Amino acid sequence: MSDPAVVADHVSKKFRLFKEKNNSLKATIMRGRRVVAEDFWAVKDVSFEVPKGEAFGLIGENGSGKSTMLKCLTRIYRPESGRIGINGKVSALLELGAGFHPELSGRENVFLNGAILGLSQKELRQRFDAIVDFAGIGKFIDEPVKNYSSGMYVRLGFSVAINVDPEVLLVDEVLAVGDEAFQRKCNEKFADLKADGKTIILVSHAMSAVQNMCDRVAWFEHGELKEVGDAREVIEHYTGSVQVERDVDESGRPHWGSGEGQITRAELIGAEGEVVERLVTGAPGRIRLHYEMHEPVAQPVFSMYLSTINGQPVSGPNSRAYECVPDKLDGRGYVDLCMDEVRLLPGTYDLTPLITDITMMKVLDQRQNLLRFDVERGGLLREDWGVTTLSPRWEITPGS
Amino acid sequence: MTTLAEYRTSRELFNNLALRELRSKYKRSFLGWAWSLVNPLANTLVYTVLFGVLFHAQPPNGGPSHLKVYALYLLCALLPWNFFQAGVMGSVGSLVGNGNLIKKTYFPRELLPASTIGAALVSHLIEMGLLLVVLLAFGDYWALEWLPMTVVLIFIITVFGLGVGLFFSVLNVYFRDIEHFLGIFFLLWLYATPVVYPTNLVSRHHFPGTHINALRILEINPMTEMASQFRATMFYGGAPDWKAVLYLAAWAFGALAVGLRVFNRMEGRLAEEL
Repeated sequence: MSDPAVVADHVSKKFRLFKEKNNSLKATIMRGRRVVAEDFWAVKDVSFEVPKGEAFGLIGENGSGKSTMLKCLTRIYRPESGRIGINGKVSALLELGAGFHPELSGRENVFLNGAILGLSQKELRQRFDAIVDFAGIGKFIDEPVKNYSSGMYVRLGFSVAINVDPEVLLVDEVLAVGDEAFQRKCNEKFADLKADGKTIILVSHAMSAVQNMCDRVAWFEHGELKEVGDAREVIEHYTGSVQVERDVDESGRPHWGSGEGQITRAELIGAEGEVVERLVTGAPGRIRLHYEMHEPVAQPVFSMYLSTINGQPVSGPNSRAYECVPDKLDGRGYVDLCMDEVRLLPGTYDLTPLITDITMMKVLDQRQNLLRFDVERGGLLREDWGVTTLSPRWEITPGS
Repeated sequence: MTTLAEYRTSRELFNNLALRELRSKYKRSFLGWAWSLVNPLANTLVYTVLFGVLFHAQPPNGGPSHLKVYALYLLCALLPWNFFQAGVMGSVGSLVGNGNLIKKTYFPRELLPASTIGAALVSHLIEMGLLLVVLLAFGDYWALEWLPMTVVLIFIITVFGLGVGLFFSVLNVYFRDIEHFLGIFFLLWLYATPVVYPTNLVSRHHFPGTHINALRILEINPMTEMASQFRATMFYGGAPDWKAVLYLAAWAFGALAVGLRVFNRMEGRLAEEL
């Protein structure tokens, strides 16, 4: 078991940034040169080992080199220096249905795509039904894939790739495809593969996915490996650093707004009024903002924007809409958003709080993604699809 | 890195890619597969009218088959030529045409040009099979004993096409207009090869001020020998010139060696250049 499945040994990959690129013989002869280029090291001297059966995440900002690294692992890119070793059969999910030919039927494409991924015709015939079944394509399998909806296309691509039964699976950001139900199916499949002792390397921006799936994580920055280690730890450091950078990037200072008042921190309050780490679906909870007004502020309005970590807006209540506007605030204090029953479903959320004036046009302070918090599964949870619940009642009227 | 398993999957993928090429080529066309026969027939008609009727070209005598039909003489060299040209031109565009596949998946890249030639070979074998039937019907003496040599010749021309195709396919990624240059080049090459006309129609006069005549140009062109060997076994039904076959094999494997070498040197950055 100590035998590593994937080894990257001092891998470097250079790209050429073209200032001038003559892609034709004519232009090359006329200009007397083919390219004027500058070297750019997308991956610099990266080494890591992934033991068999581990789920390993590659994270980092856009352009940090994590996707390039993955393409080196898949052998799509040939690194300038260093060595890559992979033990076992590899399947890569970079783009689903990448090899599909639009004119050919789903059936023909399954065989073609499967062959690209390294399956023999015999294996494909054995798995064909499972592939079609998992994709949920049904009778459309004999239609040309150009008539497929984008969802069907992607589902079939995923289904082929996952049924290759690889020992090492390399995945780039493809989890975020298809509808919610298919995504859940995919996640289950990944969990199965992991349970079967397959090695998975995942590149993703979705920290929740990385955190849920990966045992260890490598954090890339400017092509170099910044940190490798336990998933939770590295993700914490990474999100922490992104937070600071983001605030500074936007305004040059950590707070955005005119600054008469400031939000100093945000915290979560549990059912008993104690400070907690996370909220529980269905249980009472509060989100508390601590503020400090540097001068008397007339009629301030507080807003809290909640989004998923992918940036999908969830809810954005403001205190004006709830007719909770004090005439004047000064000095320190706190504001609570009180929930008798937390309606967020389990997951990770980002909070962006704001103080504005009564018109809500003038921003006193806005702190982008000030708090990232988890919502936990509680006893009263009846749903697991989506991000929130409507807390409905059901009525069934038979025989009408 | 090339293990036995990799070779096996490569072979499967080769078959699949070739099959895709064949299937997509004639999908959604009314005549379907028949198109692959309509083209050489139309060519034959044009060249027969042009050379056979207008220029009174006669197939040179010789061989046990005693065939005299110009159209058949033409087809025996034209079909291999068409295969060679279609195979090379198809494989030259194969890397650029499958850019998305190269950027998103890994497999031995040689398979793309190779499978294009493979698909062209399948069409070619069908055409040659039909031609054989016609030849058997027309010839008053026909020995099937030299048919295996035709197969050897087809093998040699396939290897030659593969070498040339590999060489230009990878260059075409870096210089996209190679495809267009090649189109013109093949047109010139066709007329510098005695495919549509017999050699006895070629003038023996020296070019002014030199000791070179047009025949000399035909001699240095390996496809000249290719055409005459195909005719020797198919049209005349006799033995090929063994030295010429070796000479052609040397050309073919030489081209393959150069093609593979250039391909391997340049394929490393394919995913970035596409």
